[in-house]
Amino acid sequence: MSEQFDISSWTCPLPLQNYPTIVMGHGSGGRMMSDLIHHMFLPLLENESLNQLGDSAVLELNSESPRLAFSTDSFVVHPLIFPGGNIGDLAVYGTVNDLAMAGALPRYLSAAFILEEGLPMDTLGQITTTFAQAAGNSGVQVVTGDTKVVDKGHGDGLFINTTGIGLIPPAVQIAPGNAQVGDAVIVSGTIGDHGMAIMSVREGLEFETRILSDTAPLHELVETMLAASLDIHCLRDATRGGLAAALNELAKSSRIGISFEEGRVPLQPAVKAACEMLGMDPFYVANEGKLVAIVKSAVAEEVLAAMHSHPLGQQAAIIGRVVAEHPGMVVSKTGIGGSRVVDLPAGELLPRIC
Amino acid sequence: MKYLDVYRDGELTNKLLAEINHTVTQPWKIMEVCGGQTHSIIKSGLDQLLPPEIDLVHGPGCPVCVTPLEQIDKAIALASQPEIIFTSYGDMLRVPGSEKDLFSVKAAGGDVRIVYSPLDALRIAQQNPEKTIVFFGIGFETTAPANAMAVKQAKNLGLENFTMLVSHVTVPPAITAIMESPHVQVNAFLAAGHVCTVMGYWEYQQLVEKYHVPVVVMGFEPVDIARAILICVQQLESGQARVENAYARSVDKGGNQPAQNIINQVFEPTDRAWRGIGTIPESGYRLRDAYKHFDAELRFPEIQTINPQESSLCISGLVLQGLKKPNECPAFGNECTPQFPLGATMVSSEGACAAYYQYGRYSSSLQEQEKSQ
Repeated sequence: MSEQFDISSWTCPLPLQNYPTIVMGHGSGGRMMSDLIHHMFLPLLENESLNQLGDSAVLELNSESPRLAFSTDSFVVHPLIFPGGNIGDLAVYGTVNDLAMAGALPRYLSAAFILEEGLPMDTLGQITTTFAQAAGNSGVQVVTGDTKVVDKGHGDGLFINTTGIGLIPPAVQIAPGNAQVGDAVIVSGTIGDHGMAIMSVREGLEFETRILSDTAPLHELVETMLAASLDIHCLRDATRGGLAAALNELAKSSRIGISFEEGRVPLQPAVKAACEMLGMDPFYVANEGKLVAIVKSAVAEEVLAAMHSHPLGQQAAIIGRVVAEHPGMVVSKTGIGGSRVVDLPAGELLPRIC
Repeated sequence: MKYLDVYRDGELTNKLLAEINHTVTQPWKIMEVCGGQTHSIIKSGLDQLLPPEIDLVHGPGCPVCVTPLEQIDKAIALASQPEIIFTSYGDMLRVPGSEKDLFSVKAAGGDVRIVYSPLDALRIAQQNPEKTIVFFGIGFETTAPANAMAVKQAKNLGLENFTMLVSHVTVPPAITAIMESPHVQVNAFLAAGHVCTVMGYWEYQQLVEKYHVPVVVMGFEPVDIARAILICVQQLESGQARVENAYARSVDKGGNQPAQNIINQVFEPTDRAWRGIGTIPESGYRLRDAYKHFDAELRFPEIQTINPQESSLCISGLVLQGLKKPNECPAFGNECTPQFPLGATMVSSEGACAAYYQYGRYSSSLQEQEKSQ
């Protein structure tokens, strides 16, 4: 098999036209979305900043002023209000976290609300209140906004877009392509909480322990980490596509391999059980308050200790290493000592039949 | 979850693997029947830890993979109709028909909904009396009881707008077909634990006697799998062929009687086409006359003329019969990926090709690298 594949240059040989229309899988954070970006958006829009494919663009306006982190994100979630949060704090923390992944201190946010005719005013009030509280918690000001209303049936109650600007301290050098062989791979806490919280509401599943979304702002955790060491090479928030997508994107951007031990990845028992029941792999389930960090091996323990001192990093763990083998690819060691490739998910996560 | 973790214990698995290593003296081809087991084996990397004498062959036990193209095209035709709400288990949505999949139908405005149980489809039928609901009734003996229950309830409730596109298949006739095939050289079978939970394992006695092959009922966790393989190898090495139950915590000989009763009340055996394999006599279920009214193919007779052809590139038939490994297919990873599957074995998370692709795509290059270190 090995002679058939050049691993580093492997892409899907079939072009996008196989699907003549957009299907849900194009928004899944997996390979279909990656193909859409690489075959459709990047060729038409490419430039140095966009090509980095970081969670934020890093912009240098002039050599005197600090570099800017600039990021945008749209939020479409059903249900709008879920255990552990709602679309309001999700929309703030999502963009705050994208800025934080460049090591930036978040400063300003825009807010665009696309409202569907018929959305109860109470619901909008509740969500906007949460939105405002989340902005306060994150130390960002909402400085510009937009409101649109679409006909009934043309939106799912409420869509929110936020765009954020943050300032990057001078000595910080974090980028998706900066991972070095030998670096340690850290995850900031239990994975899969957000995705399973949403899914359990959506599907009416009940578990002994209620699963709450982990929606949270990560910029303070990142500040704490940077205070411990500046040798943090990459940060990624593990949102759509989960831990697997975050690790794969970093492995591809840095052209290195990542090897991790499945048993070291923090996982709540309730999330593990829910994934087990639905036939889902927790490594692919979305998070909204967890990051993956790739840090210089020599400072890994210090960074980890700093993370443990922060409420959002108490369960942080070193899960693996950056390796020279299998560049662009993520491989895990299984509980019984076997190994498997943890690839990008293809499209939508589908529950298995039996 | 603690209950499951016991069966994922690395130490115990490795102890069993060492015993397999110690017992085996010659090459054996052992087929795990169920796609869920294939996935578990590859996900845990257990196949790489077995001695080279043991060749695990992946069987036809993935319901998504064996659902014939014809039924997928019928599903697509039904789902495209504006007066129909089409409901299905999730992993059927990505299975390619001759021209498109159910995801594409959804994108074009068809009302296609993922459900976790056929009873959810019943609820949708109650909530949408002006629409006709079609549930895609696929699967082995594992999903048959719930699907039968849904049809029975629809009848009791007088839910005239509920229908089922039935494409059920059963395991024992498929094992017989594999043993009867002149090309196949399988020395033993690892029977599907979930199917046996419903059906028991009494059906396998005559297979064992007729073909002198060991049949060992196997669970889905690494310890279960290693234990079942060990029992298989012990039988093979000593020239025995028996039915043995290595999944006793879930399976007993007679199976789940109420589940079997509901299947028999609602369904009856029928010849069924298997994707990539062909028609196997008496290998599926169809609705009995008393429930025929709920058969989507009778309710919408225009779909009965749909009769498409398979892609010539896909060798999923050979894969499902254990004659080829997924990575021996020239299209594997090239024309055929989980995003753009040519065959159903690449689609379902239980399909052998998808399992290879997701978990083992580069395993041979990895092994080479590990050796060279």
